[in-house]
Amino acid sequence: MGRTLAEKVWEAHVVRRAAGEPDLLYVDLHLIHEVTSPQAFDGLRQAGRAVRRPDLTLATEDHNVPTLDIDRPIADPVSRVQVEALRSNCAEFGVPIYPLGDADQGIVHVVGPQLGLTQPGMTVVCGDSHTSTHGAFGALAFGIGTSEVEHVLATQTLPLNPFRTMAVTLEGELPPGVSAKDLVLAVIAEIGTGGGQGHVIEFRGSAIRGLSMEARMTVCNMSIEAGARAGMIAPDETTFDYLEGRPHAPQGADWAAALDYWRTLVTDDDAVFDREVVIDATGLAPFVTWGTNPAQGAPLTGSVPDPSSYADTNERVAAEKALTYMGLQAGTRLRDIPVDTVFLGSCTNGRIEDLRAAAGVIRGRKVADGVQMLVVPGSVRVRLAAEEEGLDVVFTDAGAEWRHAGCSMCLGMNPDQLGSGKRSASTSNRNFEGRQGKGGRTHLVSPLVAAATAVRGTLSSPADLLPTAPKD
Amino acid sequence: MDSFTTLTGQAMPLQRSDVDTDQIIPAVYLKRVTRSGFEDGLFAAWRTDPAFVLNQPQFAGATILVAGPDFGTGSSREHAVWALRDYGFRAVIAARFGDIFRGNAGKGGLVTAQVDQSVVRQLWAVLESDPAVPVTVDLQTRTVSWLDVTEPFELDDYTRWRLLEGLDDVDLTLRHEESVSQFEANRPGWLPATA
Ligand code: SF4
Repeated sequence: MGRTLAEKVWEAHVVRRAAGEPDLLYVDLHLIHEVTSPQAFDGLRQAGRAVRRPDLTLATEDHNVPTLDIDRPIADPVSRVQVEALRSNCAEFGVPIYPLGDADQGIVHVVGPQLGLTQPGMTVVCGDSHTSTHGAFGALAFGIGTSEVEHVLATQTLPLNPFRTMAVTLEGELPPGVSAKDLVLAVIAEIGTGGGQGHVIEFRGSAIRGLSMEARMTVCNMSIEAGARAGMIAPDETTFDYLEGRPHAPQGADWAAALDYWRTLVTDDDAVFDREVVIDATGLAPFVTWGTNPAQGAPLTGSVPDPSSYADTNERVAAEKALTYMGLQAGTRLRDIPVDTVFLGSCTNGRIEDLRAAAGVIRGRKVADGVQMLVVPGSVRVRLAAEEEGLDVVFTDAGAEWRHAGCSMCLGMNPDQLGSGKRSASTSNRNFEGRQGKGGRTHLVSPLVAAATAVRGTLSSPADLLPTAPKD
Repeated sequence: MDSFTTLTGQAMPLQRSDVDTDQIIPAVYLKRVTRSGFEDGLFAAWRTDPAFVLNQPQFAGATILVAGPDFGTGSSREHAVWALRDYGFRAVIAARFGDIFRGNAGKGGLVTAQVDQSVVRQLWAVLESDPAVPVTVDLQTRTVSWLDVTEPFELDDYTRWRLLEGLDDVDLTLRHEESVSQFEANRPGWLPATA
């Protein structure tokens, strides 16, 4: 019987297999950040152990870092201690780090791919659930806990029981104005926040093949929100084109050898998935969430659902609770919901293509009165590239704030927090209660919807905007 | 990790059921960057009450906790095990444990001795009348004993073996160091390095 992509990558990394024991899997790339690594380093120190492969480990500062005044000491003491601990741990254990202020600093899941460190067929782990992002390259990439971080630091391996496999196939061409974010929000609404539990989801089909690398990263990033351990997309010419010439990509004869191997990384025709879902991509539309989990979403043309319309009691109760928290009435048209803040950024949608898409909508327009728009590039490189193209000016001319790179308002561990009772349209990945700040209300949206929402002040797609005046 | 064969010491009765990991150690303590020193966070919310068992001098120095059913449910935080260990506990006796907590405990050198609730009740009664009665948790024979009573407890063979040997996950993997080195020697040369 043939094998799935996930099974091929798994098999290629088994260091040791014994009956009744988990497989011992080799880790090709271990990314770390300041929040989930300090205890792991402390554990090593207590046991007198070293980092086995500092050369396969990379640290960056992202969750806590401020996006303003980055040359001043971090004001919040907890954040400062975590960031300082990461720096001293990396120095002590010889782990390379891109600290705040470095040209390669940024969100860990933006930095890995842009450096070309994330490649097809690799195993990538990080103490962070959105490690699934890297699966866009056909890597097996997943989040781990802090004691697993310690285990990988000490041994470069992890004992693991195999994941189940699931295929989510999206066929057809995406309608204009529909982006990867809409696609993945629609998938999660379809299969639920537990729909992928225990599985590695492979996204396939012509709609996926047609996506850019950045869009594929958006899709795999959010597979975790469907409960999956990881998301994957088989590598193809789009993947290889993206990688070629990146700082850590193979070169010359190595490139040819790598390509030969990468081309084998596809699910065999006769492979069997544990679960399969097929979705018609041609029927998708701009999608936004109205509730407090990523599966509580609907097409932007729709309305806030009536909880009593749910047959399932759990879903009904969850919807009622969500509407109370979100301060929404059933039946309200989604496009009439006003927002206070628009957040464009995160490891879901903080890459250059996302900024370009949003800038294309904002150009020549103004952010609505009373709306704050934060634009937070996912990395310093993204910020620099955007400035080179003049995107920063497009945003600031419109009245948006152009910030430094980091996780920022995705989770509000730094000063960028959504106030209590305030409402945001956010390109991030989680709309949980209080995720962006205590009492804050989050609507997950695509970069295009974020930009249009900033202009109109209510949840909107670019199609809702009046044409801009022709340039003279 | 220290090995655990048998332990005789003072036991502390915690007469509550459904003690979740948020109660064992509240979230505010998770902001720390160290792996030790979590004893001050143990049952932090309850410790403000002078009558709480942890504040009673007759139980100072206890190494065994005797808790109600469903101990360690809820959030997966490993800090719950660290807090109990840092405080000085080496074993928890209860009728049921949260799954993740039990897994974390086995990794962190804390014995979870699962007994009948009737055994817990007997122990509570004994400790109530005489807090100084020494209790023994014997991992070799998988028994809990005090005075002239000996009762069996449950713990899976694998966790028991690890605790007896004093092996943590990293130790276990390091036993296969040779396989890891061999695997490394065969990795394609074009794979990326960060430095
Ligand atoms: S941007 Fe948000 S989801 Fe991504 S790593 Fe940072 S906090 Fe996590």
